[in-house]
Amino acid sequence: MSAPAAYLDHAATAPMRPEAIEAMLPFLAGTFANPSGSHAGARAARRAVDDAREDLADVLGCRPGEVVFTSGGTEADNQAVTGALARRPAGSVAVATAVEHHAVLTPVEAAGGRIVAVDGGGVVDLEALAAALDADVVVASVMLANNEVGVVQPLDDVAALVRERAPLAVLHTDAVAAFPWVDVATEAAAADLVSVSAHKFGGPKGVGALVVRDGVDLAPLLLGGGQERDRRSGTHNVAGIVGMAAAARATADTRADTVARIGACRDQLVEGLLAAVPGAVETGVTGVAPDRTHKVAGNAHLCFADVESEELLFLLDREGVWASAASACASGALVASHVLAAMGVSPRLARGSLRLSLGWSTHDAEVQAALEAVPAAVARVRRR
Amino acid sequence: MNVLVAMSGGVDSSVAAALLVEAGHAVTGVTMKLWGGESDTGCCSVSDVDDARRVADRLGIDHHTFAFADDFTARVVEPYAADHAAGRTPNPCIECNRHLKFDRLLARADTLGFDAVATGHHARVSQRGDGTRRVGRGVDAAKDQSYVLHMLDQAQLARVVFPVGGHTKAEVRALAAGRGLRTATKADSQDVCFITSGTGGRGRFLDGRVPLTPGRVVDGRGRQVGRVDAVELVTLGQRRGLGVGGGAAPRYVVDVDPVAATVTVGGVDDLQVDSQRVAAVAWADTPVSGPALVQTSAHGSAAPAVLRVDGDARPGTDVTVQWERPQRRVAPGQSIVFYDGAEVLGGGLAF
Repeated sequence: MSAPAAYLDHAATAPMRPEAIEAMLPFLAGTFANPSGSHAGARAARRAVDDAREDLADVLGCRPGEVVFTSGGTEADNQAVTGALARRPAGSVAVATAVEHHAVLTPVEAAGGRIVAVDGGGVVDLEALAAALDADVVVASVMLANNEVGVVQPLDDVAALVRERAPLAVLHTDAVAAFPWVDVATEAAAADLVSVSAHKFGGPKGVGALVVRDGVDLAPLLLGGGQERDRRSGTHNVAGIVGMAAAARATADTRADTVARIGACRDQLVEGLLAAVPGAVETGVTGVAPDRTHKVAGNAHLCFADVESEELLFLLDREGVWASAASACASGALVASHVLAAMGVSPRLARGSLRLSLGWSTHDAEVQAALEAVPAAVARVRRR
Repeated sequence: MNVLVAMSGGVDSSVAAALLVEAGHAVTGVTMKLWGGESDTGCCSVSDVDDARRVADRLGIDHHTFAFADDFTARVVEPYAADHAAGRTPNPCIECNRHLKFDRLLARADTLGFDAVATGHHARVSQRGDGTRRVGRGVDAAKDQSYVLHMLDQAQLARVVFPVGGHTKAEVRALAAGRGLRTATKADSQDVCFITSGTGGRGRFLDGRVPLTPGRVVDGRGRQVGRVDAVELVTLGQRRGLGVGGGAAPRYVVDVDPVAATVTVGGVDDLQVDSQRVAAVAWADTPVSGPALVQTSAHGSAAPAVLRVDGDARPGTDVTVQWERPQRRVAPGQSIVFYDGAEVLGGGLAF
């Protein structure tokens, strides 16, 4: 495998930031002790975890004691939904939007929860949300930004509705896709539970965090040694936690510049493709949020009628342009996007979806490579 | 040659890929994800995809997964259920070859710039003096799959490759073992890939997809002699599961009428016929009348007959097979394949 000409799949995972790798190395090669122990090595590891917790709390706008380290975004999302339901009486209800990540949707659906519609732009329908909220609802989950189409949800409006109509409910927001682009400390301040995942912002895979605000009663998913104040048992992933904190700090410190620079790249990419490919449709820019400012800066999502994503991605891969379409199942086969379906995108368009997701490492040459490769590939695979 | 190999995760397609790599071709592996179903077992399960991918890794070739489940459902599974509902006995493997492997996959291979599609079928492609091609029987008579490939036409035959057709199954397994391929000792796939014993078998699969009608079993004079739970699951020529055992001579199903919910049984002689009509015939090249060998099941033997093309000599037209000696009548929906020696001339569905 050689390096791609254009890595445009940051929403799947971002390349590691050098700051994260550097921060992790001492805990891979040297300080290996279990932070739950009592000797000098354990104390050194413990100090690293505590430092990381304080760093991450600062970036996330919460107190260090409110950070629960997890194995990633999926575990954090699962715990938010399942953990909230577990502490409430039978008959309690979970609510989520139809465009949540499956890490939220699947546990909500498994618990017989209520699914709230979105509009054609992917924004939660606030009237439908209001109708779904009542005194039985104990957890409402509305993502900060969508992982497929990049649409940012109006979380403050959502929070106001939840407080008013479901006073017993906790509000969870999956901020996994939003974190590289949005100041989670301010934009998710209204949420009681916030999920993040390190590898989406230049940290390592296999580590994430759930912010659990003081006073929120949440059952653990993992039982055992009682780490994380009994909220998440299991030996700490010390190197991962340290790497996550370093990546979070680097992301937050450069976020404004990244959003400005990458947003311009993204606009150039989308506008170039819309101009070069007849019939190309940009997703997530209709409905009540009719412009790109309601999307995260790194997301370019387009649909091409009479194109099959699998063929398009195959040819782009051959040209060294790494991208994706909808999510893939365990076998690697593409599955139809529940997000595009919820937005009312026609199957004819949805079958030809393409997500080009940019990130901290994206440079102009990658955008140019995509601008050359995508129109040629679409022309080749399009059925006339 | 730039070849796309359909890798099911079985030993035959694993060796097919290996042989193409060793022959110097540019090879890419692909597994078609055809069926998710309720449980992800049977053909094209996650573990089969894993096997295909690890074999590709071992061979140093790229491996992709294509999601064709929509076409598989529409063109194989739903017709399979509808055929049963109509009292026919379908062969879904043949419809999968017709619509998925040698239509959708071949079209995609074209689009993506491949010169050919290879599979692990035990069959060979031969070229005649006039330049036309035929599907020929594989070397291993017991594993020959030319029957399920009878629908391939000249355009398709020019672009398909069957690398293991010249080897016996034992040789294929030895080739796999010699190359350290993890599929070397993997069991052959069985029966209908989307129905597994773990999911309750055929009756359970069809229950809910088609109406299953309890029916009467009658003899040739219309007297009721037994009952069946589902007329739709009864096949012409079937002997067991009719609740009519114990008589002097074995009795066979000689007619299935799902509308009247009636199964008629009779003696073995009642199944013997002098001729057999064939519908929806696909020809390798041009329609052929005259003497031929005719095979009526995947692993049966071919019997001599004379083909008569009915009406205009156009593809898809009906054929009447005039048997040299009387043969067992073929269940409607089963495939009937015509051979010239070891080469396929064409084939269609028992009418």
